[in-house]
Amino acid sequence: MASISVENGTAVGEPRTVFRHRLSTRLWHWFNAVVVFVMLMSGLMIFNAHPRLYWGRYGANLDYAWLEIGATPTQGVLRVGAVTIPTTGVLGRWTDHNGNISTRAFPGWATIPTDYSLSAARRWHLAFAWLLVVPGLLYWLWSFANRHVQRDLAPTRDELKPRHVWHDIKDHARLRFPTGEAATRYNVLQKLAYVGVLFGLLPLLVLTGLAMSPGFNATWPWLLEVFGGRQSARSIHFLAMAGMAGFIVVHLLMVVLAGPINEVRSMITGRYRLPRPRGNTAAGDGA
Amino acid sequence: MISRRALVGMGATAGGLLLSGCDKLTASPTFREALRGGEALTMRAQRLLTDRGALAPEFDPAQRSPVFRANGTRRPASPEYAAHAASNFADGRLKVDGLVARPLSLSRAQIGTMPARTQPTRHDCVEGWSAIGQWTGVPLKLLLDQAGLRRDARYIVFHCADNYGPGRYYESIDLIDAFHPQTIVAWGLNGRLLPVENGAPLRLRVERMLGYKHAKYVERIEAVASLATIGGGRGGYWEDSSDYEWYAGI
Repeated sequence: MASISVENGTAVGEPRTVFRHRLSTRLWHWFNAVVVFVMLMSGLMIFNAHPRLYWGRYGANLDYAWLEIGATPTQGVLRVGAVTIPTTGVLGRWTDHNGNISTRAFPGWATIPTDYSLSAARRWHLAFAWLLVVPGLLYWLWSFANRHVQRDLAPTRDELKPRHVWHDIKDHARLRFPTGEAATRYNVLQKLAYVGVLFGLLPLLVLTGLAMSPGFNATWPWLLEVFGGRQSARSIHFLAMAGMAGFIVVHLLMVVLAGPINEVRSMITGRYRLPRPRGNTAAGDGA
Repeated sequence: MISRRALVGMGATAGGLLLSGCDKLTASPTFREALRGGEALTMRAQRLLTDRGALAPEFDPAQRSPVFRANGTRRPASPEYAAHAASNFADGRLKVDGLVARPLSLSRAQIGTMPARTQPTRHDCVEGWSAIGQWTGVPLKLLLDQAGLRRDARYIVFHCADNYGPGRYYESIDLIDAFHPQTIVAWGLNGRLLPVENGAPLRLRVERMLGYKHAKYVERIEAVASLATIGGGRGGYWEDSSDYEWYAGI
């Protein structure tokens, strides 16, 4: 684990280790990893209570739902607009841990709690919402104060040029991840993903969540209008959740592809071993 | 060195443990009590941020739901209720009692002559759906003022005519919501007398709360100092039976 300094970009011999993640980032990351999973899974259970989504101010069973997870007598189906997709086994019709057929929308392995309970899911969701919002706000403020956002997360003008972004997309698609000095910084796709979650999806989830609260509607009626009504807020909340789930899938995939031990260790200890430049890895270091 | 496959496997195992762990936590009384802390925090935060008299949004008549979904009890099963319904609730009485100076017993006709408030508001079920309807009724404040609330009264309990599960449906609110201008005992929906499936002859509207607080088929309004001795002690049918939050502002 000795960290040996070598001239920039000309790593030879021992791989170079750099300090990559601040304590605030590491703490928030692991705390949030738990909180976000609880929010996701308890949210899916809340959705199960009424697995239909609407646009506008109102929406109930007799109104048109743009998305619906339901069950026919023989199969589970997801309907989005006019498109119906059979989802038996996963959504709308699945076998629970006791071997019984359930026609709830999301399956027990994806929800908190496993068996249907709207009230328990709400207890989890609305208590953990505090653990999402309060530390999240502190991390926000702290990351501006210590210039993490400005220095590490904000893409530079050069990085945002279509050519640069396209180059990064191609590299990612070929699984050619940055090495050497370039790996000390986030690349533009990482920056966009983290900024998108930190300043896009997470605030959107919190605000659409608040817009669904009848009590809070009296506090900030304008918030409801921003989203176009409570049922629209509920739909956007769901879509933002899907975006968040997509981020987590890609994030985990990237961690596995980029070398999970090094990546996970760096998020625990803060220290990250820079990948050797390609062409110099003949010896192979099998992460 | 641990292989990637093993790491993914470890991740999946950890996920599985987390899941069953969550179910164990849900079953633990201590943890449930901790989660209830969230409810207390939410209530305090909303009360802190929200003016006592801040109104729930009201809508244009054109923004009403084409059909206002009826939920819960659609028609109370008791013979007494059937008899009242057959006579258009002409003989029914609404009682206002408990910790009041002058208990009331009012007919629907008497309540109909009291000053009324009409409010096109949104009804939000805890399940997630919403319906917009225009309610008309007497502000609860007027009833409580007429009865003369005693100083030791802390909560207002609504006793209903419908059986739900083992006992009667009931709900309760505190005095902040009881005296809110939009808290009405409604007798009309969308310009007509309240239909049976929506709670005839009288139902509560407490607009900054989720649907289950809006007790239907109300026949008695009781002022109390504590909720502990009523029903299961948690302040409402769903609170007692399924651990739904008493504070239903979110």
